[in-house]
Amino acid sequence: MPLQWIIVFLPWAGALALAAIPELRRATAANAAVSAATFALAIALAAMPFAEHGWTRTDALNTPFVLVSAFVGLTTAVFSAATLDQEGFDHWRIRAYHAAYQVFMGAQTLALLADNLGVMWVAIEIATLATVSMVAVHRTPAAFEAAWKFFILCGVGIALALFGTIVLYLAAQPLLNEEAGLSWAALMGVAARCDPATLNLAFAFLLLGYGTKCGLVPLHSWLPDAHAEGPVPISAVLSGLLLNAAMLAVLRAKSIVGANPEAIAPGPFLLALGLASVLLAAVSLWRRRDARRFFGWSSIEHMGLAAFAFGLGGAAANLAGLLHLLGHALVKSAVFFGVGRAAQAKGSQKIADIGGLVATHPALGWGLALAIAGIAGMPPFLLFVSEFRLLGAAAAELPWLALPLAAGMVVALAALVTVLQALCFGPPTPDAATARDGWREAAAAAPLWLHLALAAILALAMPAPLAAMLAQAARVIG
Amino acid sequence: MSFGQIGYDVAHLLGGGVLLMSFVLLYQRRIGAVINAFAMQGALLALAAAWAAHAQGAPGLYVTALLAMAAKGVLIPLALHAIVRRLDLHRTVETALGIGLSMVAGVALVALSILVVLPATEGVRAVARENLALALSVVLLGMLMMISRRNAISQVIGLLSLENGLILAAIGVAGMPLVVELSTAALVLMVAVVAAVFAFQIRERFDTLDTGSLEEHRGERR
Repeated sequence: MPLQWIIVFLPWAGALALAAIPELRRATAANAAVSAATFALAIALAAMPFAEHGWTRTDALNTPFVLVSAFVGLTTAVFSAATLDQEGFDHWRIRAYHAAYQVFMGAQTLALLADNLGVMWVAIEIATLATVSMVAVHRTPAAFEAAWKFFILCGVGIALALFGTIVLYLAAQPLLNEEAGLSWAALMGVAARCDPATLNLAFAFLLLGYGTKCGLVPLHSWLPDAHAEGPVPISAVLSGLLLNAAMLAVLRAKSIVGANPEAIAPGPFLLALGLASVLLAAVSLWRRRDARRFFGWSSIEHMGLAAFAFGLGGAAANLAGLLHLLGHALVKSAVFFGVGRAAQAKGSQKIADIGGLVATHPALGWGLALAIAGIAGMPPFLLFVSEFRLLGAAAAELPWLALPLAAGMVVALAALVTVLQALCFGPPTPDAATARDGWREAAAAAPLWLHLALAAILALAMPAPLAAMLAQAARVIG
Repeated sequence: MSFGQIGYDVAHLLGGGVLLMSFVLLYQRRIGAVINAFAMQGALLALAAAWAAHAQGAPGLYVTALLAMAAKGVLIPLALHAIVRRLDLHRTVETALGIGLSMVAGVALVALSILVVLPATEGVRAVARENLALALSVVLLGMLMMISRRNAISQVIGLLSLENGLILAAIGVAGMPLVVELSTAALVLMVAVVAAVFAFQIRERFDTLDTGSLEEHRGERR
């Protein structure tokens, strides 16, 4: 079996095993072990030459994302092992939660690696089902509402994406041989000769469908609710991983349509959705009182920035967009680790109830402060590099659109700084939970610092093979 | 295939029947009648899939037809009836958009999908493009139903009928790979939605399934 398939089936086999482990300690340890093995496989996969195997492929575009998603999967599993005792799960929920986590990780990797667009669609659907069940796991009315909204809106979204996939095949059918089917590589090969009008129709549905999963305005309304409910680690993987897989699906569709000179240019659509997301999120950030919803809205802003970058197109802007997606995955999951742990310690996830973390929990407080600064685009983290490059590319190509984009970024930055001060430096609020042993606190804070370190290293000294890979990927998207 | 040939005519008849049931879904007010109309649509879709399997010589589509008949024609409607009985919703009369208005909106959506699909697919065989126009109409009518109804069960039926439109589109494209797998995966998604309705009401958290009242539980109003 090729490595590309093992990295998908290993988490799924792990899910079967985890469904049988009822004790918290053993289940969390086994979950982390499966994630560690997946991460080792991801490194091995990245070291191998690019190849296609059946319905999967590795290329410059998906390999960095597979690496980052396996890394975030591992650190989230470690964080989850350190904090899951706070969620108050009975043994059924421990089984269901860990099984769903690994089902999600396998589906996420398959969605990234899929060459066949039908397989990619199925993978994103499985990932959605797994995350819906994790969002609803607390069974409170608020969790049900969030899960229901997530399910119905994303259900419509992925239904539209399937319609788009069918129309895409219809466009390419006369030019393809039987077994090439829905292969992205085969579709890229014939895209220039396809009927442009049919391609346009397909792109509209694919953009609407997968755009819903990316949380682009006006298709975003499930996202903040889903991030605010469910166990804390779920917010980290929702924001860090699932949104990237959906954006990669949009990029695959965009590259096919973009390869046909007579089809409609996909860029302006992404520009419009991206700019709308940035502006609405920047304003909405000011009105949030729930910390996890606040950072959910911040994910909408960042997906908007990435969509704007890909809408600009060209190697420079695409590279900025890819860096932004990777940086956002690392830094946003770090933020959710910090906010989630703080909410557990303070017994509430309202911004007003969390304050003065630096004074009461120094390791957590400083880590969260740096992570929020990173998500706001401050140096020395990767998002500073990507936002700087994005603004540069926008100012060079579309100066009139760079102006509202920069305004949105500044408004969002101010909101983030306000919340940063409230959460980390304000007057300390009382702790709700009793003190815990030191190694657990350390294990909960370690993933946060690890993500920050990696985001800084990638910004300051990106390894040359990774930089070359990303530059090549930026040309693939077109 | 073109007009006057039996394969073409039967495919259109069945596709048109699925679309007709979408209109029935739009104007039915009693929840039990809505579920029965959905079962009828599922059965017609299964027949359409079986006919496509016969006409295209694609035996895999018989699997799709069987699954559609069993799940959408029988099992999902039975499950929905059971939910309705348990929640004592069967006497509920829903005033959606109003019959006249929803019919006008439905006809407008069908016109829209014909105007969008037919010019955009001139390079495609006639049977496939007209089938696609029918399928897009079913998808849009499903969305209209989701928007215009406030009862969670009716919204779920809107989503299910939207998915019927997708399957109708997929079976119309002769030679499409993975069509059985994709339609099965879509069915799994729909079964999960129905299961979610079950799971959410078993705990009796909500007094009503009216999604308007769910808004009370939003995180920031606690």
